[in-house]
Amino acid sequence: MTLPLHPKRVRMTEIEPEIKSIERRMFLRQGLSLGALTMLSGCNLADGDAVDRVLFAMSKWNDRVQAALFNPARLAPTYPESAITDPFPFNAFYQEKDAPIVDGASYRLQLSGMIANKKPWTIAELRALPQETQVTRHICVEGWSAIGKWGGVPFRTFLERIGADTAAKYVGFKCADKYYSSIDMATALHPQTLLALDYGDDALPTKYGYPMKLRVPTKLGFKNPKHIAEIYVTNDYPGGYWEDQGYNWFSGS
Amino acid sequence: MTDTRIANEPPRSIHTLVVRLTHWINAFAMVCMIGSGWQIYNASPIFSFKFPPELTLGGWLGGALAWHFAAMWLLVLNGIVYLAYGIASGHLRKSFLPLSLRVILQDAAAALAFRLMHSLGRYNAVQKSLYIGVLLLGVLVVLSGLSIWKPVQLQLLTALFGGYDFARVVHFAAMTGIVLFIIVHLTLVALVPTTLLPMITGRAPAPRREESHK
Repeated sequence: MTLPLHPKRVRMTEIEPEIKSIERRMFLRQGLSLGALTMLSGCNLADGDAVDRVLFAMSKWNDRVQAALFNPARLAPTYPESAITDPFPFNAFYQEKDAPIVDGASYRLQLSGMIANKKPWTIAELRALPQETQVTRHICVEGWSAIGKWGGVPFRTFLERIGADTAAKYVGFKCADKYYSSIDMATALHPQTLLALDYGDDALPTKYGYPMKLRVPTKLGFKNPKHIAEIYVTNDYPGGYWEDQGYNWFSGS
Repeated sequence: MTDTRIANEPPRSIHTLVVRLTHWINAFAMVCMIGSGWQIYNASPIFSFKFPPELTLGGWLGGALAWHFAAMWLLVLNGIVYLAYGIASGHLRKSFLPLSLRVILQDAAAALAFRLMHSLGRYNAVQKSLYIGVLLLGVLVVLSGLSIWKPVQLQLLTALFGGYDFARVVHFAAMTGIVLFIIVHLTLVALVPTTLLPMITGRAPAPRREESHK
């Protein structure tokens, strides 16, 4: 996948002290080439911050609308195995050769935040929990889609097993590839949200997120973190790798 | 050159305030939606071409998506106001109806032979069919857009458009139709510039001789 980030256009020297976060700036610094936007005459368009603030506020509004639209009982469409996309595309913010190698034997899933039992989990212990498989469509924020088969532990089962506070707002993920993301609790408890250990009929290969990824068929692909190292439950907005750069946080399908 | 009788006539009202406001809000929203849509398309093109970056809005995928999902509210709410007003006031019926295929073909032939008269405030059959067409494309672009924005929550709509991947093509095709309309629309405004002022002021300039006999 192509990386849509254009850091060369953001000059650190331009960043004024009152700018607290980079993400709002990322929206528009490079976005004002369109002549038609001079229709906004009166605003100082060289300063994209006012427009960025509006777009950021609209993105937050869209988070609320999507949370209201989200039906916890509505299942994502499932497909026959013959519909699986082969090969299933690799996608990340780095090249496939740079995917992290995680040692399964010493792997321990860490837990933190609003969770009663924070004991770390081995892969064998995760595999001893009830497993489910699904054939669903992965839709990338870029627009392409691909159908794959994932197997693993229903996330709801896991959250209940560890005594997570399911009244909390967010579940956050920290990954071995330095990726991070977070989802709303309603989606975390959706029956198709999986802690996936398998792709197809085998353990997740490195490129698809060994030893474990989150499979969320009700959200865009970038909300499906791979190589998960730590899960935490919190009421403080955790953001995410792409979300902090301007992608809409909820990003529901 | 205008005689006093015509100059003293109250100016003819061509476009009501609601029509003018919704027209220009729609123009702004459409520019935002098309520019950001082209940037989003470029992230994963359906066909073997990309749009020139200078014609796109948002700078990168994240910026374009932010524009697209902000401007969509303006486009849809403005469209609802226009359609509600258009139905309640009779504007749609009076301006775009009645319409028959025979008259469309007649007027189209006349237009191609440059024999079709332009009359401010009264649409010929070609204009009527183009305006009705672009309104339907507007509905199509919104519905297909919703179907690819929410292919799980609105999965029946997505299925109606042939599934997620084909719904993207429908969304693209509806955009293409709207862009073709805009090209024709702007070309005709350039050819008959007296149509521009009434869309701003609402009033027609005093009729000139070649119009007054109609």
